[in-house]
Amino acid sequence: MTSKRGTLDLLSERAIEALIRLCGISAIIFVFGIFFFVFREGAPFLRHLDLTEFLFSKAWIPTSQTTPRYGVGALIVGTLSVTALAMAIAVPFGLGAAVFISEFCGKKTKETLKIVIELLAAIPSVVWGFIGLGVMSPLLITTFHTPIGVNMLNGALLLALMSVPIMVSIGEDALKAVPDSFREAAIALGATKWQMVYRVLLPASKNGLLAAVLLGVGRAIGETMAVLMATGHSVRIPQSIFDPVRTLTATIAAELGETSKGSDHYQVLFLIGVLLFSITFIVNLTADLVVKGIRKQ
Amino acid sequence: MNSTFSSKFLLAPSVACLTAVLLGVGCGGDSSSPAPAKGDAAAPAAPVAKKTIANIGSDTMVNLAAAWAEAYGQVDKSVSVEVNGGGSGTGMAALLNGTCDVANSSRKIEEKEVTELKTKHNKEAKEFMVGYDALSIFVHKDSPLTEITMEQLSEIYKEGGKITKWSDLGVTVPGAKGDEIIRVSRQNNSGTYHYFKEAIVGKKNEFKLGSLDMNGSKDVVDLISKTPNAIGYSGMGYATADVKQLKVSKKKGEPGIAPSIATTLDKSYPIARPMFLYTAGEPQEHVKKYIDWIMSDAGQKIVETTGYVPLPKK
Repeated sequence: MTSKRGTLDLLSERAIEALIRLCGISAIIFVFGIFFFVFREGAPFLRHLDLTEFLFSKAWIPTSQTTPRYGVGALIVGTLSVTALAMAIAVPFGLGAAVFISEFCGKKTKETLKIVIELLAAIPSVVWGFIGLGVMSPLLITTFHTPIGVNMLNGALLLALMSVPIMVSIGEDALKAVPDSFREAAIALGATKWQMVYRVLLPASKNGLLAAVLLGVGRAIGETMAVLMATGHSVRIPQSIFDPVRTLTATIAAELGETSKGSDHYQVLFLIGVLLFSITFIVNLTADLVVKGIRKQ
Repeated sequence: MNSTFSSKFLLAPSVACLTAVLLGVGCGGDSSSPAPAKGDAAAPAAPVAKKTIANIGSDTMVNLAAAWAEAYGQVDKSVSVEVNGGGSGTGMAALLNGTCDVANSSRKIEEKEVTELKTKHNKEAKEFMVGYDALSIFVHKDSPLTEITMEQLSEIYKEGGKITKWSDLGVTVPGAKGDEIIRVSRQNNSGTYHYFKEAIVGKKNEFKLGSLDMNGSKDVVDLISKTPNAIGYSGMGYATADVKQLKVSKKKGEPGIAPSIATTLDKSYPIARPMFLYTAGEPQEHVKKYIDWIMSDAGQKIVETTGYVPLPKK
């Protein structure tokens, strides 16, 4: 009896372990699977592609009947500029809110704020897009006297609003992870609350805060629907923050639906997918390296 | 023993879950191949249950096709028409693959599509002209501009075109910031985009980069109504009180023609195009009845109410 129970137990133990192992490595399988699929669809075109023209030319004319030109330079600049502007707005707000929630406010305010900020994260991006088109666009025209309301600033404001919740919740976790003994020591030495935050907590939670910012960046680069609706979707190198731009993601979303499978245009859109994949990969890798570098010190 | 049972009970549902997920993924990947088979199967099964007509194609016509389908549901309760957009090209591809009964198209069928239909299925393409779509040139309602020539439009939109400012057209828009003409266009897989390119920009020319490429006919009008400096093109039916439709003339000196049903029919309005339905070979009985109904007064009335131009009355 005992030996039988032993083997059964052992068997189920093994099976569950295998299952959990599978769940664990499934992420890797999916990432490679997706990369393989996207790359396979785009790869045949690599042979005809002039890489410098692809990356640096700003002429994106894929449906020309005479000479199609596939330059994504303007789209890369569009994505990067919108993301950078969004981060310039979101980082002070996001980290500031995280510090306030974790250090300065009372327990009741804290709970309310956390719930409301989580609600902000739950708003679907299409709804943000509507807000951009319907509310922000007229507002920007009247406030800044710009000729057009759907522009880089509009898209960046939306992206900032979308990435702030992520930064707040992860940033707050990072601050919470700093042991209370740090705070007590600082106050015992006569530091004010702000001095304690600035001199003790921020350096101590550097890694976590950086992770919060980078996750926000990832959110902003990958966002599609809101930027498609709010940035104006116009192929050009922006001269100011009031110029409309077009992003890599929005281009794929707007054009992939009706290109015929296997055509040059279709393959180039998949190459843009590979490019996006590489950009996020580089962002994540830098994040990892930076965090590791900080840890060693 | 208890411990064995409990672990088994835990195991079973999780295994089931995982299998389901894996199967789901497997099906998802292959979904493109069973789709045509489904279309084929629907045709022979049709006489038994409610007959269906698969209707795919032009985005310009999708509102019209949906309105027809809805109204026809009241006329003949034994037939249901399933409408999908996707663009004229998508409709043609579906016709060639045998996945639709009727393809909507805002352009004429191409020679190579006719030959492909013949060699692949040994069928002639049957064409039915069902109405016209007139493209209006829209500006903001406060703009003093009332008329534009096709040459001016071409200079505004084509790559290397010389007109970039409102002062080039001799007007200043009240309440606008700056003088730049903001060009509103469509995304490059839209049928309207292709027609505008052919009619105005020219087949061998390209669009000037930096236009705002909207994703739908209505979006173009919405954006122009909020942007005093903008100009754009969209179907006549999408006009609202917040935008102004310009009169269009073919050449400088010729009178500008306002888009309307009458000017489209007598061909004096220069940017209008016919809309077609295509079937592969003679349509089946119930499909033929549907197309006949579309050509009838009742069907043509819907063309007019949805903002398109009906066929001339015989």
